[in-house]
Amino acid sequence: MKRPTSVLVPALVAAVALLVAACAPEEETGGFTPGQLGAVTVAPDAPIKLGVIQTITGDTASLGQDQVRGIELAIADKGGKLLDHPVQHQVEDGLCKAEGGTTAGQKLVADPQIVGVIGTSCSGAAVPAMEIFAGKGITMISGSNTAPRLTSDLKGTKGDANQKGYFRTAHNDIVQGQAAATYAYQKLGAKKAATIHDGDPYTEGLANAFGASFKELGGTVALATAISKGDTDMRPVLTEVAATKPDVVFFPIFQPEADFIVKQAKDFPPLADTKKLFGADGLLSDTYIEIKQTEGMYFSGPATPTGAPYQDFVGKYEAKYGEKPIQAFHAHAYDATNMLFAAIEKVAVRENDGTVHIDRQRLMDQLYATKNFQGLTGTLSCDEFGDCADARIDIVQNTAAEKTIDQVRGNVLFTFEPQTS
Amino acid sequence: MAKSSLEPRGPVAVRRTFQLPVVDGFLWLVRIAAVVLLVVGAFNSLTSARLSGQQWRDLVVFGIAQGSIYALIALGYTMVYGILRFINFAHGEVFMIGAMTGFYVSDGLARTPLWEAQPFVSLFIVLICCMTASALVALLLERVAYRPLRGLPRLLPFITAIGASFFLQYAVATLFGTSVKAYPPVDALSGAITILGLRILKVHLLVIVAALLMMAGLYLYVERTRAGRAIRAVAEDPEIARLMGLSVDRTIARVFAVGGALAGAAGFLFGLVFQNVHFFSGFLPGIKAFTAAVLGGIGNIPGAVVGGLLLGSVEALGPSLVLVGLGVPSAHQLKDVVAFLALVLVLIFRPTGILGERVSEERA
Repeated sequence: MKRPTSVLVPALVAAVALLVAACAPEEETGGFTPGQLGAVTVAPDAPIKLGVIQTITGDTASLGQDQVRGIELAIADKGGKLLDHPVQHQVEDGLCKAEGGTTAGQKLVADPQIVGVIGTSCSGAAVPAMEIFAGKGITMISGSNTAPRLTSDLKGTKGDANQKGYFRTAHNDIVQGQAAATYAYQKLGAKKAATIHDGDPYTEGLANAFGASFKELGGTVALATAISKGDTDMRPVLTEVAATKPDVVFFPIFQPEADFIVKQAKDFPPLADTKKLFGADGLLSDTYIEIKQTEGMYFSGPATPTGAPYQDFVGKYEAKYGEKPIQAFHAHAYDATNMLFAAIEKVAVRENDGTVHIDRQRLMDQLYATKNFQGLTGTLSCDEFGDCADARIDIVQNTAAEKTIDQVRGNVLFTFEPQTS
Repeated sequence: MAKSSLEPRGPVAVRRTFQLPVVDGFLWLVRIAAVVLLVVGAFNSLTSARLSGQQWRDLVVFGIAQGSIYALIALGYTMVYGILRFINFAHGEVFMIGAMTGFYVSDGLARTPLWEAQPFVSLFIVLICCMTASALVALLLERVAYRPLRGLPRLLPFITAIGASFFLQYAVATLFGTSVKAYPPVDALSGAITILGLRILKVHLLVIVAALLMMAGLYLYVERTRAGRAIRAVAEDPEIARLMGLSVDRTIARVFAVGGALAGAAGFLFGLVFQNVHFFSGFLPGIKAFTAAVLGGIGNIPGAVVGGLLLGSVEALGPSLVLVGLGVPSAHQLKDVVAFLALVLVLIFRPTGILGERVSEERA
């Protein structure tokens, strides 16, 4: 008796599943033929679903939380509706690492109704997530990925992790590297530089971008070295750095390793002048700038948007969440969401009963064709590799007058905008 | 060796005589290759004049200072191993708790006039607090987590130790937050002085002197006092020690307390040098100190000191001296790799560590 039942149940389930599967495509008639990547069909009164992958736990949670709020405000600004369908967003935790990107990506592809994804927070999570999405033709727009390998080197060479359907509204770190190098070479008069990264794709990409740009400008990179995460004793590596007598040391790394670098650099005469130390946006935090030894240091980071629409946005943000924006990329996530909405509105095919078809291939093409899209962060235009940002990088300095991170961000010495080719 | 002569002469023995030269030859090749790489790398680095003599001497001093901290922690691992044959994986967390205590006490003291007026008295007070806190945690750990498991298969306390390590880490994270805590600066310890042509940071000098004093104290304690003799007796054979009227439980608790106090002192010195501590600070130094203990010969007290100093020096010098000389890019990223490679190399040449294991044969 045992055997037949144990086979029967799965067999029945399979049969029902097959029937359902066979029936499904037949409903999608009515003048609309999906392209090769398939399409999302939203029944009348059903929601249009967006996926969101952001880091919402752990020590990078503020980066993701800030963007989730940007996305929610973008949806709220649409009145919660797109093409008369309510907009629903499903937030998955990307954890700021590859494992998180894989898990979140798999969860989202499991739902065929997901039209597009806003995320991820960290480049490390974007690489595996995009490998999953590219196979399904799902579009993803990130508000804070900056690693060059996700798109291109901005000179026409495709990045090794670039996938069709990947876009971003954040700057490419090539631009940030250029900004820091230009400032160091032209304004600080530095001729010899040293770079330190920590093996993370973001820090390594940025340090290399800085080095390449610094060399192009005419300077020399005397030493390009690295530390490993978790190191505390930076003195051996600083000995090597000091031996090259650099005019500027660029270390776009994170805390706490950067804390050890600034504190221990004081003991090396060639590095004792803090004005030779240059960090990046990963270090623009209250806990870092309150370290006494960072006084005089320069930092590069995305420019805070200006203008009335942004002030308006910040007002809504504060009203809804009870605090000022907590990180740098909320406006980029807001723009990413609106860019996706605009593209959906353009390509969607509506039927008389309210059913909406969104073709994945056409949605993707529409996004690649984005030109002069007015967002909070500027005028966005996408290139063939998915870089859409109107990248503006600020160089700021932490001096004795600045006490909080907002004040340091406000102490802008130079704003870099890449020449558009 | 003694065993092989007892084996019957037969096919097995014949096969051995053919196999041994191959395996031995391969091992010798590995050894020779390692030495050649070391010498070539060091030669290239030293002749490239990339770093001045002064800078090489600096690196040695950095290594010894870092190594003294490793040595202090390694003593706790090695003493517990010597007496219980088990690795107390939570020892790194005992160290971290010492560093945490140091932060709270020194932060409090830095608000009083005593900190400016009598810096060394204040530092001594902090040191005592750190040692006490860590010793108490180590005692508690022994009483709650290890003693009930004594006599059971050795895997049980081992897993418990890993659990205790996580428990302590996240208990500290929950109680005191996950943020990085910065020690107050000690003005009396900033800057450097020159001794016998060696430029040495004052804080490093303090670390080295304090560590050496404590290690000498431990040596005298173990070798010259009644309590130390009891420790050695229990390490030799707990059954006989019990028959001789020694309280084994008490002796073991004492070992944990002494090891914990040394780890607490190491935590404080770590805080002075790096001025930073957070709940995860104990993990990597703990692993490194364990490596140092194995490097010197586990169970061997002078071995832990030698292993710690060697490991610190290898970490500080290795990347600059050997890896850069061999043309490895971003060599300092491989600091930990160098440390563990050094362990492998030493174990290839001397499988029981530099000074040899010191555990009694029958139960090892």
